[in-house]
Amino acid sequence: MAWEVVIGLEIHVQLATRSKIFSGASTRFGEAPNTQACAVDLALPGVLPVLNEQAISHALTFGLAIGAELGKRSSFDRKNYFYPDLPKGYQITQFAHPIVGRGAIELVLEDGEQLTVGITRAHLEEDAGKSLHENMHGLTGIDLNRAGTPLLEIVSEPDMRNAKQAVAYFQKIHALVKYLRICDGNLNEGSMRCDANVSIRKPGEKKLGVRTEIKNLNSFRFLEKAINFEIGRQTEVLENGGSLQQATLLYDADKNETRPMRSKETSEDYRYFPDPDLLPVLISQEIIDTLKSRLPELPEARRQRFEKMPGLSSYDAARLSEDPDIADYFEAVVEQSKLTKLSANWVMGELSALLNRLDLPIEKAPVSAQQLGQLVARISDNTISGNIAKQIFEDLANNPNVAVHIDDIIESQNLGQLNDKNALNDIVEQVIDDNPVQAQQYRDGKIKILAYLVGQVMKQSQGKANPKEVSALLLTKLGSL
Amino acid sequence: MIIELEELKNLGRLAKIELDSRAQNRAATDLNNIMQMIAQMQSVDTSNTNPMENPLDAIQRLRLDEVSESDHRDEFQALSEHTRDGLYTVPRVIE
Repeated sequence: MAWEVVIGLEIHVQLATRSKIFSGASTRFGEAPNTQACAVDLALPGVLPVLNEQAISHALTFGLAIGAELGKRSSFDRKNYFYPDLPKGYQITQFAHPIVGRGAIELVLEDGEQLTVGITRAHLEEDAGKSLHENMHGLTGIDLNRAGTPLLEIVSEPDMRNAKQAVAYFQKIHALVKYLRICDGNLNEGSMRCDANVSIRKPGEKKLGVRTEIKNLNSFRFLEKAINFEIGRQTEVLENGGSLQQATLLYDADKNETRPMRSKETSEDYRYFPDPDLLPVLISQEIIDTLKSRLPELPEARRQRFEKMPGLSSYDAARLSEDPDIADYFEAVVEQSKLTKLSANWVMGELSALLNRLDLPIEKAPVSAQQLGQLVARISDNTISGNIAKQIFEDLANNPNVAVHIDDIIESQNLGQLNDKNALNDIVEQVIDDNPVQAQQYRDGKIKILAYLVGQVMKQSQGKANPKEVSALLLTKLGSL
Repeated sequence: MIIELEELKNLGRLAKIELDSRAQNRAATDLNNIMQMIAQMQSVDTSNTNPMENPLDAIQRLRLDEVSESDHRDEFQALSEHTRDGLYTVPRVIE
């Protein structure tokens, strides 16, 4: 029997602020444990939270970008539960009056189909600390550096019907928050994590089935696998006549399975109530107007603009616009080279391969966008051959020097294409003289041997000859033209 | 609304406090008195009153996003008997 799958996501986005949401401690990732946990983060007696304005601005920026209702008067609540990585015994969050209300995200799926995913709300809250279990000899170690890092929790409507749609939605939010510069989008460092609510029901059924919530998924691939596992598990239970229990699950990537986290008996009762330490937050129209005027070009607009560039396919446009840093780099290359397609090919080809090989983000590319632009321009005006360009690119990758101009490299290493007809003529004649057997084979009709002769000329010219010209000249000399 | 014994036990569990039967009886009486008072308050017509998040007629002041705290780990950890390698330690909790 076919079942209809219903999926909603809660995405936690760590907001890119220097300090925490309610304290002046740093949010920098990767520091020694507990060196960035101040008295407020540790919940020492007598401390009070003071709200970070940047967290508010980032949340409102997200709301504006998705055309959501904004909570002009929002407030904070306490969500009460005991866990060692939550020293206060409650998390400050927004329950009754979130800062961002209803909105929507438009998706274009792989097959070109469009999907609108409703956003129920997005609210501000503080992150908890981290529990560490390795090498702790039967204890758990608590690092509170992360405690108090601002989070925006984006809650979707249950509008997705399969794992692929859920992944496309997560990717869209990922691209959007990076474009808005409100999150670094680093999934490996936990800057974005997502909980998936999954249920199944008979097609046509209005009521939702019993849902399970898979917690803390931090990669697109795990999200897809976890949802698909859970759909399979739920289907099996129902088709064998069983019934499902509402539960919170953890996904085990090594075993590719979900397993229960908290049983029903101990399901949480958070007893929310307004936090008396924090006053209501009022947002003026002036702040909203200012943030609106600062909204950058959004991913979809950029994709459409790239698609109109000469020679660029929809695939090129989609790939080049998915990350704002790559898109910026590409545009800087084009500004220098004035060539869209060749620049796109180099960015998606050589550059992307290089960054993968060195495991570097594009901001740390060893070849600057200006240099790549100069390189592309010199290929296009025939100053250098494609092979020489690759050689220069590799040299720069191995010995980065963003200050050097490509023309200076070409000149100092004498890498310019051999455009001197006489010099090229001499090399071609020499190669024919040195390879009489192959020359004769060509004259006897074995035309494939020409590639060998072209190769010899290229070798003699140290890659600086233009292969097209070499070919033409060889044909003339061998008597074919 | 009357608080039943099972609810009381659940509240005790959520608050991480252990109640013996005497304490349970006392807490049940206290809480039920409180609930009665709340029931009385509920009878007031508040349809034209805005919810009050805070008794102060003030709005939240915001601070600039600046790092103003430095590392005081050693002083803070001196308050705890349970630390190791910069971490606070607790009995093993794993899910």
